[in-house]
Amino acid sequence: MSEGKTFKIAVGPVHPALKEPVQLNCEIEGEQVKHVDIELSQVHRSIEWIGTRRNPVQVVFLAEKICGICNICHTLCFCEAVESIAGIEVPARAHYIRTIAAELERIHSHILWAGVAAHELGFDSVMHYTWKLREKVLDTTEYLTGNRIGKAIVTIGGTKRDIEEKQFGKIREACNYYRQNFSRLRDIFLKDPIIKARARDIGILRRDDALSLCAVGPTARASGVKKDVRQDEAYAAYPDLDVKAITPKELLGEIRGDVYDRIAVRLLEVLQSVELIEKCLKQMPEGKIAYESKLAKVLSDVKQLKGEAIGRHEAPRGEVFHYLKMVGEETPYSWKVRAPTYNNILSWIPMLKGAQIADIPIVAASIDPCMSCTNRAAIADGKELGNEKLHRLSVEKTRSLKKGPGSERGNCN
Amino acid sequence: MTAMLRELLKQLFKRPFTNKFPSKRIPESVNGFLEKAEKGKAKINPAIPVPEGFRGRIEYYREKCIGCQLCTKVCPADAIVFLPKEKKVEYHLFRCSFCGQCVEICPVKALEFTKEFLLADYKKD
Repeated sequence: MSEGKTFKIAVGPVHPALKEPVQLNCEIEGEQVKHVDIELSQVHRSIEWIGTRRNPVQVVFLAEKICGICNICHTLCFCEAVESIAGIEVPARAHYIRTIAAELERIHSHILWAGVAAHELGFDSVMHYTWKLREKVLDTTEYLTGNRIGKAIVTIGGTKRDIEEKQFGKIREACNYYRQNFSRLRDIFLKDPIIKARARDIGILRRDDALSLCAVGPTARASGVKKDVRQDEAYAAYPDLDVKAITPKELLGEIRGDVYDRIAVRLLEVLQSVELIEKCLKQMPEGKIAYESKLAKVLSDVKQLKGEAIGRHEAPRGEVFHYLKMVGEETPYSWKVRAPTYNNILSWIPMLKGAQIADIPIVAASIDPCMSCTNRAAIADGKELGNEKLHRLSVEKTRSLKKGPGSERGNCN
Repeated sequence: MTAMLRELLKQLFKRPFTNKFPSKRIPESVNGFLEKAEKGKAKINPAIPVPEGFRGRIEYYREKCIGCQLCTKVCPADAIVFLPKEKKVEYHLFRCSFCGQCVEICPVKALEFTKEFLLADYKKD
């Protein structure tokens, strides 16, 4: 091939390596990726639109359906927003239960991701092995909340279920299980020559790139940015737990910002979550688990709220952010969800530049993308909206939000 | 020897981790197999029991219902529809998200969780 001549290949939107629809338009020269363009919005479920047609008590469980893997983080964010509008004070015990549920979710998500990463590398035996380890946290979640994935434990003003003294044993057992298996996972992932060859110095995200692209979560931390909502703006029970953002330096002694570092950060965070859960169990205060135990009373309390608020939470993938505006009606006037993948997705561009075609799946998977949580509507009247029109609609919607009720609702979420 | 190779070799002498449910070998049709099992012609390999407080299929006791409509107000999935003539509700299993708010809010306990989890079907009714 002559020097400088490039080809364009599209990876996705339906691609065996990418679990969710997203299109990567790569410009390649030989085997090398020269430039990447990302096309989003191949999947949209109008969850925000549905949310503005339900009352807050219903939306709590609608928010849970935004993401299957990180379902606590969206409910928690939404509840935080409603609580701060309504001025509801959450009991201390409920904060601890929420924290335990959120950390169980983080263990689950990171171990699931580790399996997916091994699968993207073509190392399926590791995938099955990691997913076998994942069963323990799913069983614990089922034991505590009543279901393996959809926890339905967080509600407005507290939690739905209590974690009793007699249940502590099983949680401690799960913690010990992951503590014992951590060294095994570390050896499998970080000492394996195949994984090392495929992940070391691949998909590098430099620290300044991570900062300028506003990367969040493990993606940013693997590049050396010490950013963690649990540390920076602690909420729930985290102020008592003294969380420190984890970088790969603690395990590997250096920070390179590559796929290998991102694996290391996630594995370390599993151990961190185990420690946090153990601390929670030790410090858990007595008391109520919700400010109001009768759901009918909660329903009437949140019926005619006025005001706007945000909710933040460190989800397994990074910071998740909810904006909520209520104007005295039964339903929210506006609800905006910003999932962590939205921030992380642009870091694909510096990561993929210079990579080989065969590295695209693992680099794409290394930020743990979740497209269905990220994408918003771009289709109206059967036609896709162009960038310009979408931008204009967005500006109009922001203006109408500022004006408040009376002005027409934006038709584009 | 890598850590994974060691694990794989160990695995050779262990029993499989997966509990094969509902049958040890893949049947031609799972639904057909379950129907047969109901009639006592086939034997189900038992599932791992679900824990206390499992959120399975919701049972609706029609005679207890007083038609207060509280459950329809908290259902996020519109799975419960009010029937104004009979002053009762209709519960649609296929829309249910098993959040349990209706069970919690019902003043007369006309809705209740069961431990049933085999709910997938080809038909909606």
